[in-house]
Amino acid sequence: MSGYTEKMRDIAGRLLKECAVDMVIGFRKGTMPMMNEPCFVTKPEDVQSLVWDSNCGINLANYLANRKEKIAIFAKGCDSRNIVTHITENKIERDQLHIVGVPCTGMIDKRKITGMVAGEILEVSETENTIKVKTSDAETLLDKKDVLQQNCALCIHRNPVIHDEMVADPVQEQTDIDRYAEIHKIEEMETEDKWRFFDDLLSPCIRCYACRNACPLCYCPTCFVDESKPQWVGKGQDPIDVRTFHLLRAYHCAGRCTDCGACERACPVGINMRLLTRKLEKDCQEQFGWEAGLSPDQRPALDVYKANDPEAFIK
Amino acid sequence: MEYMGIERDRLHMSWVSSAEATKFIDVVTRVTEAVRALGPNQHFVKQKAKVA
Ligand code: SF4
Ligand code: SF4
Ligand code: SF4
Repeated sequence: MSGYTEKMRDIAGRLLKECAVDMVIGFRKGTMPMMNEPCFVTKPEDVQSLVWDSNCGINLANYLANRKEKIAIFAKGCDSRNIVTHITENKIERDQLHIVGVPCTGMIDKRKITGMVAGEILEVSETENTIKVKTSDAETLLDKKDVLQQNCALCIHRNPVIHDEMVADPVQEQTDIDRYAEIHKIEEMETEDKWRFFDDLLSPCIRCYACRNACPLCYCPTCFVDESKPQWVGKGQDPIDVRTFHLLRAYHCAGRCTDCGACERACPVGINMRLLTRKLEKDCQEQFGWEAGLSPDQRPALDVYKANDPEAFIK
Repeated sequence: MEYMGIERDRLHMSWVSSAEATKFIDVVTRVTEAVRALGPNQHFVKQKAKVA
């Protein structure tokens, strides 16, 4: 995927020169290995800062909500589905956007890689299928498929669902993927074990809200956790408050989450909060046949009524 | 809620019209019985902050 970079700079340069857009949203190299950061280019002479590789896991749709100018945005499969969600939810107009589709082969998991090598990582480079990690005293060659972010390993929509032009030809979609193996396992646990499982999962949470801030769905001007009149939930690290935050955050993403993994990627303590959003994704899929953000012409599962909606829970 | 470890019978959801008094009584009776059988709720109960 690092081969996309030149093409992207050309596209961005062309769009800015033609004044077709006011701003291009992409990625540039971060100050540390495996930490590319979002980049907003407004002048044609600045397009050289744009890059693309397997460290572009941040979801760029996050930067679109309520923008007024014309924007070109590079969108992988998941970003494109969040863009669709933004359009459906009136957070941005379709004709404000020039969507440049990026066929994606997955993003790599920096936490996993850091755990696999000894010493500080100085440089990470890649080819199509391999990742080379350089530390002060060794070089390690890793198979990219072994170090993918978990959501990317499970991804079934790698090609953008909406685009005005593409950076490259579509990639092959993964098939025969069981997206919900872990979710099934939790569902089968005894009630008390479930409670304990989530206590353990969430216990390291420091309530930094990086997961919320990284998520394109979380665009509320004031999040329920920040309200003080009334205060819906305690603001400390009491386990019940932490759980309430996570439960409600997941619910607010129900039927909207694209499993882009930005939340998990952003978490400084490595909590897999996607175990909550994925359960809701699974329920939406099973009960309403709904997958978020596939087409701007479809209304979301939670805002339409169908006569055959499941209702066994109403007693 | 069930997925996070709340007992299945603790939470109930029903539609009752203001004209359906009998249904209301029926629902309340069933809910009370189901919840009583489970005993007091242990989860989602916030303990008082411990002060050193
Ligand atoms: S979730 Fe899919 S589209 Fe998104 S980064 Fe991972 S592989 Fe690419
Ligand atoms: S909840 Fe997480 S995985 Fe879902 S859309 Fe938001 S950032 Fe992406
Ligand atoms: S990013 Fe991690 S530590 Fe921060 S609030 Fe979210 S789950 Fe908690």
